[in-house]
Amino acid sequence: MDFSLNSEQQLLQDSANKFAVKGYGFDRYRTTLKLDGHLDPAAWAQMAEFGWLALPLPESAGGLGGSSTDVTLVAEALGAGMVLEPYVSGLVLPGRLLTLAGNDRQQQRLEALAAGNLQLAVGWAEPGDRQNPAHCATRAVAKGSGYVINGSKLCVLNAPNAQGLIISARTSGKPGDHGGISLFEIDPAAPGVSLVRYPLMGGGSAANVIMDGASVSADALLGSIGEGFELLDDALDHATVAACAQALGAMQALVERTAAYLRVRKQFGVPIGSFQVLQHRLVDMYVDVEQSRSMVLMASVRVGSANVADRRRAVSAAKAYLGQTSKFVAQHAVQLHGGIGVTEELDVGHYFRQLTAFGILYGDRERHLDRYASLPRAA
Amino acid sequence: MDLDFSPEDQAFRAEIRTWMQANVPPKAGPEIGLPNHRETQAAWEHKLGKKGWLACNWPAEYGGPGWTATQRYIFDTERALAGAPPFSPFGLMMLGPVLMAYGTPEQQSRYLPKIASGEEFWCQGYSEPGSGSDLASLKTQAVRHGDRYVVNGQKIWTTQAHWASYMFCLCRTNTDVPKQQGISFLLIDMRAPGIEIRPITTIDGEHHLNEVFLTDVQVPVGNLVGQEGQGWTIAKYLLTHERTGLAGIADSYFQIGELHGAVNRDASLADDPLVRRRLAALEVDLLALEFTNLRTLDRVARGEPLGAGSSGLKIRGSELQQAISEAQVELGGLSALPWLGEVSTGDPVFRTATQRYNFLRACTIYGGSTEIQKNLLAKLLLGTN
Repeated sequence: MDFSLNSEQQLLQDSANKFAVKGYGFDRYRTTLKLDGHLDPAAWAQMAEFGWLALPLPESAGGLGGSSTDVTLVAEALGAGMVLEPYVSGLVLPGRLLTLAGNDRQQQRLEALAAGNLQLAVGWAEPGDRQNPAHCATRAVAKGSGYVINGSKLCVLNAPNAQGLIISARTSGKPGDHGGISLFEIDPAAPGVSLVRYPLMGGGSAANVIMDGASVSADALLGSIGEGFELLDDALDHATVAACAQALGAMQALVERTAAYLRVRKQFGVPIGSFQVLQHRLVDMYVDVEQSRSMVLMASVRVGSANVADRRRAVSAAKAYLGQTSKFVAQHAVQLHGGIGVTEELDVGHYFRQLTAFGILYGDRERHLDRYASLPRAA
Repeated sequence: MDLDFSPEDQAFRAEIRTWMQANVPPKAGPEIGLPNHRETQAAWEHKLGKKGWLACNWPAEYGGPGWTATQRYIFDTERALAGAPPFSPFGLMMLGPVLMAYGTPEQQSRYLPKIASGEEFWCQGYSEPGSGSDLASLKTQAVRHGDRYVVNGQKIWTTQAHWASYMFCLCRTNTDVPKQQGISFLLIDMRAPGIEIRPITTIDGEHHLNEVFLTDVQVPVGNLVGQEGQGWTIAKYLLTHERTGLAGIADSYFQIGELHGAVNRDASLADDPLVRRRLAALEVDLLALEFTNLRTLDRVARGEPLGAGSSGLKIRGSELQQAISEAQVELGGLSALPWLGEVSTGDPVFRTATQRYNFLRACTIYGGSTEIQKNLLAKLLLGTN
């Protein structure tokens, strides 16, 4: 057992922190909110240059073959620095799907992904499914050598920026069945595909994707027909861990800002940090962050487990845990900052929005507790 | 980053597990899960002492097994999962490390072997009626007369004083200096004339706690640990050792397992998704605590200072012990109500749950209350040390 970072990981962490916290930060976050799709091509290019986009991708496709723990180090820094670039939704998630199941042509897209020349998005959630990827009422029916897809996907992160969408569609079975779900790559500009684009609370963009008789060719399929659920479940677990790490960065930043504020803000002639009620709240936030860090470390290792139940258990435990702690830390960071905490002008309120969105994305606490409970108990 | 135990540690786990399976007496107290029967506890501790495993946190040179922090963790986990009660901590976890750091060779050779063998129980003479969280305000006085101290005062909440051969005791030896500087650490024979023990029955219906009255108790000066006036420093050293053991993780794993068993034996609970969600939430909290503890052990193993890390573990570990027992009571419902488990109806886990629940109200109070731990952490976070 060893929780230390190796020297390469320490370098990675240092450079990611330098970029995200010193080079990006609140000002660039606010500028990026004014850009199309909340995407700053210069920042994305820089991230490609640093090798962070190649990090999770396999060496065979021009990636660096980094571990999930490596990815969480970058993601945590991005979260601390409020970096809006779609690292999780546009890279970790589609990158994992293409790595697991892409055919030769699709794997070639990994190189473009690593180089920062391609934006992808993955659509899986649907109206009325409470983010259960096994629901999948969207249907794909074989026609000629290809498929025709009908259905809709809800809140597809990064879709407004994406040149390609990977979506789940049912080729057999009924909603809720694991079998019968297939993954297809579709062109967002193709006939029969329409997007309702919107910005997200906390930044970033998404779209509802409506497929109305959208045709795809046979080679749009990822992996085998009807066997997409396991792929999607695996990739979502990887994305969930990275999202948890990003949230951890934001939580850590909020504890630091709150501690600093309690030291300088004076009322009744003394720093408000001299009041025990506020001290204890800060401690609760701090311990939540420490324990959340343990969960992210644990999940970043176990998400790579060959035992699927171990992987699911670890990831759902982490998301369920951080779902609760991120809310607590965000709410009380605002509360302890008082009036200034609820304004647009302070970064605290923006972290609050981001962490609120995190609580919902990739499945909320209840969904992950239920998933955890459905698994056999650990040995 | 590697979360797996080494092959050596896995072999160690297998050895401990095999031994526990063969040696934990059936119902050695796990039904209640509390060490409240002296004979069973003493027999169990003697057995471990003979094996050389009782002083599991001690280095080999003082009669311990010389295990690594990870091995101790594995040992405690296997001990709990086998359903055996935790050890009486006062000699093993508290006084032992203090004597190793501050004791004279004579004190070490007189007291340590009998702690390690389980022959002598100790109790902790800290709290007083007027000195709980503000421990340094304690008033029990030790006045030196030649080669003896004469001790007068009163201690309270003294766990297992009625079992103990000795008490390590904080006494005021100087009233003319700031309160922390006038305290000394004495070892007192509980059979000495002038000691009176009165039981305090707690809300679990048991007798763990006592009042200890000291009237002109004679203590040889050779029983002073460290220097006169050094008691507060020693007490703080002891508390950091105490807190690391107070997270109760291994026992929480055992109790969650017990709760799972009871829930699975009752379909009205097992089929309720909210019950399953509640169990999942407890397990997730325990996982977060466990990995925080493992990170702490990892830091200790690399020689990094523990700092206030143990305070966070103590806060969350004690809260979780309470939350698990609370779930045992609430899910047990009417099956939890027969008092003291005297009526043998209902699931044994639920039947004994109220007693655990009531007992565990103390765990956020003893060893430095939750609020005191938060004060310590706040000082670190706000730099107001």
